[in-house]
Formats: sequence, structure tokens, C-alpha cells
Amino acid sequence: MQKAAGSFISLIAIIAIFVVYNAAYTIHETEQVLITRFGKPVGDPITNSGLHFKIPFIEEVNQIDNRFLAWDGKPNEMPTKDKTYIVVDTFARWRIQDAKQYFLRLRDERSAQSRLNDILGSETRNAIAKHELIEIVRTTKDRKPVVDEVLSDAPGNVGVLYEIAKGRALIEKEIFELAAEKLMDFGIELLDIRFKRINYNETVRKRIYERMISERQQIAERFRSEGEGEAARIIGKKERDLQEIESEAYKQIQKIQGDADARATEIYASAYNQSKQSVDFYEFVKTLEIYEEVIESDTTMILSTDSDLYRYLKHSEGTTD
Amino acid sequence: MGLIAVLVVIALLTAFYTVQAESQGVVLRFGKYIKTVEPGLKFKLPFGIDTVQIVPVRRQLKQEFGVSTRDATNPYQYTSSSEQTREKSMVTGDLNAASVEWIVQFRVNNPKQFLFQVKEPESTLRAVSESVMREVVGDRTVDEVITVGRQEIEVVALQRMQKLVDNYKMGLSIDQVQLKDVNPPPPVQPSFNEVNQAQQQREQLINLANGEYNKVVPKARGEADQKIRSAEGYALKRVNEAEGDTAKFTALFTEFLKAPEVTKRRLHLETMRSIIPKMGKKIILDSDAKQILPLLQIAPDNK
Repeated sequence: MQKAAGSFISLIAIIAIFVVYNAAYTIHETEQVLITRFGKPVGDPITNSGLHFKIPFIEEVNQIDNRFLAWDGKPNEMPTKDKTYIVVDTFARWRIQDAKQYFLRLRDERSAQSRLNDILGSETRNAIAKHELIEIVRTTKDRKPVVDEVLSDAPGNVGVLYEIAKGRALIEKEIFELAAEKLMDFGIELLDIRFKRINYNETVRKRIYERMISERQQIAERFRSEGEGEAARIIGKKERDLQEIESEAYKQIQKIQGDADARATEIYASAYNQSKQSVDFYEFVKTLEIYEEVIESDTTMILSTDSDLYRYLKHSEGTTD
Repeated sequence: MGLIAVLVVIALLTAFYTVQAESQGVVLRFGKYIKTVEPGLKFKLPFGIDTVQIVPVRRQLKQEFGVSTRDATNPYQYTSSSEQTREKSMVTGDLNAASVEWIVQFRVNNPKQFLFQVKEPESTLRAVSESVMREVVGDRTVDEVITVGRQEIEVVALQRMQKLVDNYKMGLSIDQVQLKDVNPPPPVQPSFNEVNQAQQQREQLINLANGEYNKVVPKARGEADQKIRSAEGYALKRVNEAEGDTAKFTALFTEFLKAPEVTKRRLHLETMRSIIPKMGKKIILDSDAKQILPLLQIAPDNK
């Protein structure tokens, strides 16, 4: 009897443990829980983490993520308003805001992701089609680019940022607003959506590369031409400076020599031109000097005994008469 | 009895844990956060009542974009080269293309947020980083991205990444954003090199011309100076000679004035004496024999 009572108590205890174990559940920091009874939600979602109890066996625990979740879109090729085909890759943050709604309409994250794909994908496509490429590329409206001084007056559009009316952030916001409203029906709160990657598609890229190459070649040509031009200018300056130096020197030389000649002439004149006598004397002395210079060893001279030097050869008186 | 012993052993094994020096431990009781603990040997409630998640808060973590270190073990690192190409291809604000490689260094500064706020914070960080980098590059010209604007891009990207990471409550702090290789796309690269070469060519042409200028002009200046000095020499000589000549003349003239006739004659005779010996042939004719003159053979001296 006692043995039977003992095993009965054990049985009760085991059942009790089993019941308690089934009734207890924990909620992790990253989760919220929706209790369902036969598949129908009961009460509000429970968000405070820790140990909780439910009605055993009848109620079921559905764990639903309580964190910020990621949506990472697939790269999609689409045209912009200016018919440029680009590959757009977006990502979004979202969170399950109304777990009951979410549970009823989507049940799990996989179907949520596929719904996000649909809604965010189409809103992105719409937004891209309504804007020109530059609006999606640029963000800050009035930003002035820093220009490499080497390229400061480069030809074409080198170093120029194209103007925008809205910019990337505003377009992201437009997509966000439209999509967020649609996602609310699913108990999803969209936190933000951003462009992750934007790139040209294959054919557009080729065109862009060709344009870049031709731009750079223009710059290179300009550098070469500048070099040649500047070199020619320097050579020209060289020739000019040479002429200037030589002529300036010639001018100075002429002036120096002229002044000296004038001065010498003045000195001579003032000495020789003192009186009639001095003029005569100068003529006499100078003539004698000239004799000394012009008479050489092959000069033959016929001297008459009338001459001053030889007149005494004939007459002691030295007179011819 | 044996059952109790087994339970005690399991309790002891699950009650103690170590937190490494570089980490912090986040303790949960029945899934609820209770505390964050510092490194050391720690105790918790056993049997899975308390669980601990260890977060290496003092370790600097790194994500690479467009590149990958060979032995990187980060599971969020893309390693396929086509994925890396997509990661680094960007459109610039002048609608050109550039290839930008960069790394982000970060650490966990709030383990609670890091663990509980965001699902997969590290892949979120990758998305944030790519998005921000494109936003920053999209506002700049290709030349800014490649050359002059690099540092500014790092600074701005860091600020914006940190702001987004804070908004998302990811529990991360971005320590550094570093640009690695930033280049024009490979097919365009030769034309960028060509620009550099042309720039050097320009400098070289200018240098050559300057060289030629410097070779010739200073020399010409020196030579011109030389000629001018020599002209100045001539001038000095000319004036000095004039002064010398006139001084001599004046002296002679003064003497001459004292005895004009005698002086004149003396000078004449002295000159004759000095010049007549120098002459080759001298013929002295009687003053009466004037007719002989035509008969004389005046011929060059044939010696």
C-alpha cells in the first residue's frame, strides 16, 4: 500500500514538473513573444524579457525578433530619368512593430523579407526612374569641389560637380516615406532605406570610360602644348635679351668713346689754339713728327744743297746767292 | 545519492566562467539582461538559468572593402574578387568612375547594444560603410577622390558612419576610416598616367629652355661688360694722351716763345738728323745742277 502511495506521489510529481516545464518559457533580450491559443493570438505581445508562464499545452509561444533587422536588396538594373542604365543596390533597417499584425499577415521573417523585396524594390525603381542620375549620386547641394591647382583651368567639365535639385538623401527619404506607409499594414516599421551601391551597367560604363579617357587626353595635350609654348617664350626672351644686351653695350661704348674723343679734341684745341703763334708752332711741330713717321729705309730722297741741312756743303756762309 | 553528486558536479561546471582580459561578459537570467561584468573568474547561477555572452570590447576589429588581407578570418569579409570589384566601383560627383578601397577599424563600445539591439551588427556595419563611402565619393570629383580630397573623405566618412551607427544603436565606435588604393578604373588608368607624363614633359621643356637661356644670356652680359670696360679704357687713354700731348706741346711752346727762331731751327735740324739716317738712298744735288735730275736712274735698290 505504502509502495503504491509512494509511486503515486512520484507520478504526481513527475506530471507536475512536466506541467510547470511546459508552462514556463523565457523571453530573450532580442525577442518578443506572441502567445497563441490553437493558432489564434491571445493578448498583446510580451516584450519584457525574463521568465514567464503560460497555460500549459493549450497555449503556444511564438518568438518574434525584437531587434533592428536588415533588409539587403539584390542589385537591380534600372534606368534613370535620363535613360542611363544603372545597377542599384539598396539596404534598409526595419523592425517588427506590431507583432500581432506581423504574425497574422506574414508569420515569419522569410515572408517578411520577400514582402520587403517587393515593396522596397518597386519604390526604389519608381524613384530612380523619376530622377536624373546625378540626383542619386550627389547629396550635398552647394558643395564646391576642391580643385587640384594643376587642373584648375582644365578643358571641358573636368573638376566640375554637376548641380542637383534634390540629392541622394532626399530621394532616399521619398522612397522611405512611400514604403514605410505600405509596410505599416504588415506590422513592420521601416527605419530607413539607403542606397548601398550605385553603378553604371556594362554598356554605360564603357561610354563613361571613353569620355574619361578623352578628357584626360585633352588635359595631357594641353600640358604638352603649354610646355612647348612656355619653352618658345623663353627662347624668344633669350633672343630679345641678347639683342638688348649687345645693343645696350654698343650704345654705351659709342657714347664713352665719343665723349672721350670730344674731350681729347677739346684738350688739344685749348692747348694748340691759344694764339696765332701756337697754331703755327703746332703745325710746324706736327709736320716734323709726321716726317719721322713717314720716312722709312726704302725712301729715296733727293736733297739739294739749297736745303737747310746741306747748304753748308757748298758755302760756308750757307747762302746760295 | 549518486544523482545528487552528479547534479553538484554539473552545477559547479556551469556556475563558473572566465572573462578574458580583452572582453566583457554580458549576463542574462532567463534571457533577461542583468549585468555586464569585467574580466576575471566569475560565478553565475547554474543549469542555464544564467547565461553569459562574451564580447571582446578591447579588441580592435577591422573590415576591408575592395581588398582583403590574405589570412583574414572575419566571416563578414567578402573574398571573391568579383564581389570586391563591385565593392570598390563608385560613381563620382562629376559622373566619372573611380575604384576606391578602404578599411574601417572599429570596436564594440556597448556590448549590450551590440548583442541585443541589432541583428548582425557587423554585416550592418558593412552596408553602412559602403553606403556612406559612396555618398561621400558621390559628392566629389574624380580628381578630389584620387588626389587632393583623400584625407577629407576619410574624416567625413568617419563622422557619417559613426552617426549612422549611433542611430542604429549598434554599440560600435568607429575608430578609423582609411582609404587604401584609390584609382581611376583600370581601363582609364593609362590616360591618367599620360596626364602625369605630360605634366612632367611640360616641366622638362621649360627647364630645357631655361637652361639654354641661362647658358647664353649671362655670358652675353659679361661680354658686353667687357666691351664697355674696354671702351672706358680707350676713353681714359684718349684723354690721358691728349693731356700728355698737350702738356708736352705747352712746355715746348713756352720754350719756343722765349726764342722762336732758334728753337724752330733747332727742332727742324734735330728732326732731320734723326730721319735722314733712316733713309735708304740719299742723293745730294748741287743747287745749280738742276738738269741732271732726269738722267738719274731712280730704281729700286737691288741688293
